[in-house]
Amino acid sequence: LPFGHTFFGGVHPKGNKNTHDFPSIRLDDFASVEILLQQHVGPPCVCVVKKGDHVNVGQLIGRADHPMTVPIHASVSGEVKDVSFVISATGAPVEAVTIISDGKYTVDPSCAKPEVNSRENFIKMVRNAGLVGLGGATFPVHIKLNPPKGSEPDVLVVNAAECEPYITSDYRQICEHPDEIIDGILAVMKWISIPRAIIGVENNKPLATDILEREITKQRLETKHESDITVKSLKTIYPQGAEKMLIYSLTGRKVPAGKLPHDVKVLVMNVSTLRFIGKHMKNGIPLVRKRLTLDGSALNTPGNVNVPIGAKIPDVIAAAGGTKEEPSKIIMGGAMMGFALDRIECGIIKANNAILVFGSKEARIPPETPCIHCGRCVKVCPMNLMPTGIDQSARRQEPEGLEYYNVMDCIECGCCTYICPAKRYLTQSIRNGKTLVRAERARAAAEQKLREAEALRHAGKEDAPK
Amino acid sequence: MNLQVSSSPHIRDNVTTKSLMRDVIIATVPAIIASGILFGLRAVLLILVSVFSCVVFEYFLRRIMKRDNTISDLTAIVTGILLAFNLPPTLPVYMVVIGAFFAIVVVKQMFGGLGNNFVNPALTARIILAIAFPNAMTNWSVPSGAFNFVTSLTGADLVSSATPLAILKSQGVQGAADLPAYLDLFLGDKAGCIGEVSVLALLLGVIYMVARRVITLWIPLTYIGTVLLVTGLAGKDPVYMLLSGGLFLGAFFMATDYVTSPVTRSGRIIFGISCGLITAVIRLYGNMAEGVSFSILLMNIITPHLDKFTMPKPFGEVKKHGKA
Repeated sequence: LPFGHTFFGGVHPKGNKNTHDFPSIRLDDFASVEILLQQHVGPPCVCVVKKGDHVNVGQLIGRADHPMTVPIHASVSGEVKDVSFVISATGAPVEAVTIISDGKYTVDPSCAKPEVNSRENFIKMVRNAGLVGLGGATFPVHIKLNPPKGSEPDVLVVNAAECEPYITSDYRQICEHPDEIIDGILAVMKWISIPRAIIGVENNKPLATDILEREITKQRLETKHESDITVKSLKTIYPQGAEKMLIYSLTGRKVPAGKLPHDVKVLVMNVSTLRFIGKHMKNGIPLVRKRLTLDGSALNTPGNVNVPIGAKIPDVIAAAGGTKEEPSKIIMGGAMMGFALDRIECGIIKANNAILVFGSKEARIPPETPCIHCGRCVKVCPMNLMPTGIDQSARRQEPEGLEYYNVMDCIECGCCTYICPAKRYLTQSIRNGKTLVRAERARAAAEQKLREAEALRHAGKEDAPK
Repeated sequence: MNLQVSSSPHIRDNVTTKSLMRDVIIATVPAIIASGILFGLRAVLLILVSVFSCVVFEYFLRRIMKRDNTISDLTAIVTGILLAFNLPPTLPVYMVVIGAFFAIVVVKQMFGGLGNNFVNPALTARIILAIAFPNAMTNWSVPSGAFNFVTSLTGADLVSSATPLAILKSQGVQGAADLPAYLDLFLGDKAGCIGEVSVLALLLGVIYMVARRVITLWIPLTYIGTVLLVTGLAGKDPVYMLLSGGLFLGAFFMATDYVTSPVTRSGRIIFGISCGLITAVIRLYGNMAEGVSFSILLMNIITPHLDKFTMPKPFGEVKKHGKA
């Protein structure tokens, strides 16, 4: 592939990587944690502790019965105060375990260096560790590692692009634990039988590229392994870290519409997910802590912190230095794709890689004005869609128009809304459009079923007199 | 705590409709100054009248229709300037006001205001004026000659004269002696509309707009390229075609109007080439002076179809992927 090869479209938001040079700080001073028993797609876990139980760090508290889900573990040692339904960040009622921390962080004796001797073993280990994709989408890793027959990946794409403004947690991960990242990559390559790995880093992080390359060389010299791991510098453009864009930029393969990376024989994993695997293979502690970037104009001291999962957002903010003005907007995740919270009393979940606390000026939403057909949204759309057309169809509630404009291909990266000079709420409108299309498809399917049932009944009646 | 909730993304680019319009206005300043130098203060007066009437019409119409006021988005000012640019400097003031009325009230607001007009307001108003007042709209005055750098044309101080394109058309090759020199055409020392005569001034504005990424060059370059190619093949002097008439103004300032031109790149290329073909045909065979205006107007009308027709293929629609 030619140098600088990348996808078409994209935008250049101000990076705001203010926390690049701040080493992560481990925060332990939490009186209690509230751990949700459903943290990703699939049904919730089954609670295996009750009020009054003593739990240790890494002890199982939520059993994963469904094949899609992964177990959930205690992130602090202490006493279970309550098992009850709480309102999650997205507004859904979810069962949660509240644990009063004893501050000792005693690790459960069940956590031991895992013995891995087969592919099945490895995947089971990953699942039992409660691992989900830590890039933000939280897709269960054990599902990803087990693609259908015929779709076995021939390349591992390591996502270290970190194209979201503000967020630097992956970058800090690379700076602080390059050894465990490479360990994790080697483990996945070995047990899933992938001959090649490419780490994609945006070219605004030359230090990260350097550190990774040096680590690879070092490990090669030390262990004399011949593994084919390369680091590739990518053009700094949002959304370079979006799965489909990253695969295209690194391998030149296009994931077909509606398909998954394994359909083009690629396995994509986030750099933090791989670091977790590397670390877990050493100490056996499941996923109970999360590294996240704290930033935004309302904070006193932006930085990267390492907190137990379930720590309440106000506690995390307070422990990290507090706010200098009343927050006007709190975002779980990045500024481009993150989720604005309507209440602050939420626990950190596995998906979190940033909490952004915006002051009133940063949170201001510009008023919407008429579309002037400038075509900027069309130009920046990395999926080559026509956001202005989708927007019109969505506002007119026309499912046919939405399907015509391929609304379901939208990855909701937000480029169109970011660039729109008329400040149209395009992504929001597109999301509404997707909901409409899903409803319409469901309605059409139900109608079809009804017609078939009707036809069967008629056929039955006609047959009867014979 | 009162938390603001909104759909992502939570950050926006600084460019707004207003800032884009401000940039277009800045890009027209060199041509406004050039019109003052070449035609005298009357040209500047007409521009002011046009801008003032457009803004006033927009303001009162929005009030009458009980709609939000939109004069602060600066689009009415842009329309006013571009309308005046397409009028001869001798035009009576009341006709300018009539033009502004058609541009803002009929073409823009009657169809729903900014973003909903299907044809370019300034161009359409110009065509309406050309049909309603054919004599006044073709009463060209030649620049005073004070800034005639290259050659002093015979009768340069006369009030009325023919435009270079009209000379070319009526006299053919024999008339070549009467034609202004290339440099005169480039600087603006020729008969023509207020804003179209100085290609140099327009070029400065274009460079500004491109540098500020206000316009892309797909439409203007394909448009001008097609005109040059077709007229060149027909045996006309392409440099004359480029430097005279409203081609430069039309290609860079009128055909690139966001609202009435396609949003896709291929749509823009088809739009530009089609404008070029229509302009060339009208210039070669037609008998009206509005080649550029008519071509853009016609293409404005089919713009929605061009957008649909040239809708890009979504990423990943190609099933076969390249070798890694």
